[in-house]
Amino acid sequence: MSEHEYTPKSKVGKWFNDRLPLLTLANHLTDYPTPKNLNYWWTFGGILTFCLITQIVTGLVLAMHYIAHADLAFASVEHIMRDVNYGWLIRYIHANGASMFFLAVYIHIFRSLFYGSYKSPREIIWIIGIIIYLLMMAAAFLGYVLPWGQMSFWGATVITNLFSAIPLVGEGVVTWLWGGYSVDNPTLTRFFTLHYLIPFLILGLVVLHIWALHVPGNNNPIGIDIKKPSKDTVPFHPYIVIKDGFALLMFMIVFAFFVFYTPNILGHADNYIEANPLVTPAHIVPEWYLLPFYAILRSVPDKLLGVIAMLSAILILAALPWLDTSRIRSAVFRPLYKQFYWILVADVLILGYVGAMPAEGLYLLIARIATAYYFLHFLIVLPVLGFRERTIPVPLSITEPILGGSPNLAAVKKRDNLKIQ
Amino acid sequence: MKNFLRILFLAAFFLGFQFYSNAAEKVEYLKTDWSFKGPFGKFDRAALQRGYQVYQEVCSSCHSMKYLNYRNLVEKGGPEFPVEQAKAIAASFEVKDGPNADGEMFMRPGRLSDKFVMPYENEKAAQAANGGAYPPDMTVLVKARGGGVDYIYSLLQGYEDPPAGVSLDDGVYYNKYMYGNKIKMSNQLSEGLVEYSDGTNSTVEQMAKDVTTFLMWTAEPHLETRHRMGFKAIIYLIILTVLVYFSMKRIWSRIETDV
Repeated sequence: MSEHEYTPKSKVGKWFNDRLPLLTLANHLTDYPTPKNLNYWWTFGGILTFCLITQIVTGLVLAMHYIAHADLAFASVEHIMRDVNYGWLIRYIHANGASMFFLAVYIHIFRSLFYGSYKSPREIIWIIGIIIYLLMMAAAFLGYVLPWGQMSFWGATVITNLFSAIPLVGEGVVTWLWGGYSVDNPTLTRFFTLHYLIPFLILGLVVLHIWALHVPGNNNPIGIDIKKPSKDTVPFHPYIVIKDGFALLMFMIVFAFFVFYTPNILGHADNYIEANPLVTPAHIVPEWYLLPFYAILRSVPDKLLGVIAMLSAILILAALPWLDTSRIRSAVFRPLYKQFYWILVADVLILGYVGAMPAEGLYLLIARIATAYYFLHFLIVLPVLGFRERTIPVPLSITEPILGGSPNLAAVKKRDNLKIQ
Repeated sequence: MKNFLRILFLAAFFLGFQFYSNAAEKVEYLKTDWSFKGPFGKFDRAALQRGYQVYQEVCSSCHSMKYLNYRNLVEKGGPEFPVEQAKAIAASFEVKDGPNADGEMFMRPGRLSDKFVMPYENEKAAQAANGGAYPPDMTVLVKARGGGVDYIYSLLQGYEDPPAGVSLDDGVYYNKYMYGNKIKMSNQLSEGLVEYSDGTNSTVEQMAKDVTTFLMWTAEPHLETRHRMGFKAIIYLIILTVLVYFSMKRIWSRIETDV
């Protein structure tokens, strides 16, 4: 990347910048050369930053009114909903914000998968991203426990019980996590503490994620390196800022629709029943964004192996840069990979669907096939595809296909339409 | 733009999936027109006041309403009883207070700031009085049931003789909308049970609708504010989005790339 020397114009600015180069950083962020062919799938990074900040700010206000005690938590949430000024708004933004956060992160992840953004030299960005995703799941799970409704309580019981699958020390670990012999007040207070901590860990990792991104620069839909920064890129401000802003506003309209008109549709009705250790709900279901992994967990008959399968399903993503052996990044030039990509998308959606259904009969069978395929995709299809696939020639530079004069681009379009394999 | 529609489509697909999977075991509920549904939905003030009357005269002997205060009856967006009437309602209940200067607990008439008086001292007492079944607290009941208001409205009218082959224990009743069809609450509503002070004809359907409306309000006391604010927020966002869209077009016109 071309880093030109920056010197502040004013004397004070220069004095300050020599001691702490914040102005250099600001200058880098505004001038940051960004590929000009980024499409709207690339706007979700900014949207996710917005989601994180929204969750932190609303969460901070909620924490001022919430009481982390097994006898008082449920009532304190109702207090927020009724008596705190605009408490209902803050809580509904926070609760739906979690779903919006995951919606955006899934689009962000699947964008990476399609355009090969995880490949060299962006492996570290990708791995940090996976860690952020794991922490997000932890934060979401812990947060869902806090209202102390029936789903909170029983969800916490089911998930913490997974640790009992660890050989020899499992039972001890679960007791340690609970702070007692069942999910109870000590569990709630520690979950609250951790739920407060994790977003700030995520925030730190997001800084690293962006830092690591700014070293090689953005990938782009063509997936080739920047040849001529002056021709292929635009400065981040104002071009990308306004585009991200536009996309963010569209996203906020959807977000607002959920918050104001269907604030409870993504939650489970049982969570408006106060936690009762003596009554088990008919179906214990996690939130929608955890369903695919829940399906994988339940599709394995053995508890320990199920937990291992579920964890591997996430951790396998960290190995993706090395499992995908193709040197071509973008699926645009990989006709076979493109098809397998969409099969994977369908596979994950199917897993999500069966995750919400009872684990029996046909659902269980589908869950098992879909789980097997999920691992097959990463462990067999991707490594083999890199060697066997006949890819389409990539353009020489980003500017070339945009100007439309490239014979390569014509080839791309034609092959795309004919679906030649 | 085309890409954006794709994104929205995918988002809708994801979420639709969730709704679909939740809708798996749905029974057809009775339908009625709820005034509070939709983006401009508001409560029918008269229905809320009648609903309170049904709750008070029928439900409240077993079902508590623990997150509601008498002051809520006066607040905007609710039944909006006149203050004097709400004070009279509160004063008609005996509230335990204390300890006084002698260290004794004592009973006094209720005030607007008091919580709704509970029919039973505690959950165990409620169970003991109701054949082992705990009549659930009603404050957020419509949000705590999958079918929401339609479910409650249907359940109140869903009592039937059990079909042949279904035997019921003592104190268990058959209701076609109840999960598992067996319910420990007997049929509560009957024609003319409540004498509405506004002269409305108290059919079973009318009472079920009124009390369900009331329960929707107790569960979502800020529903009207939410709807109003949501409309403003979304209109504001749409206008801003359009402005930003044209600004973006203008800025990007300097580059020979399309956005």
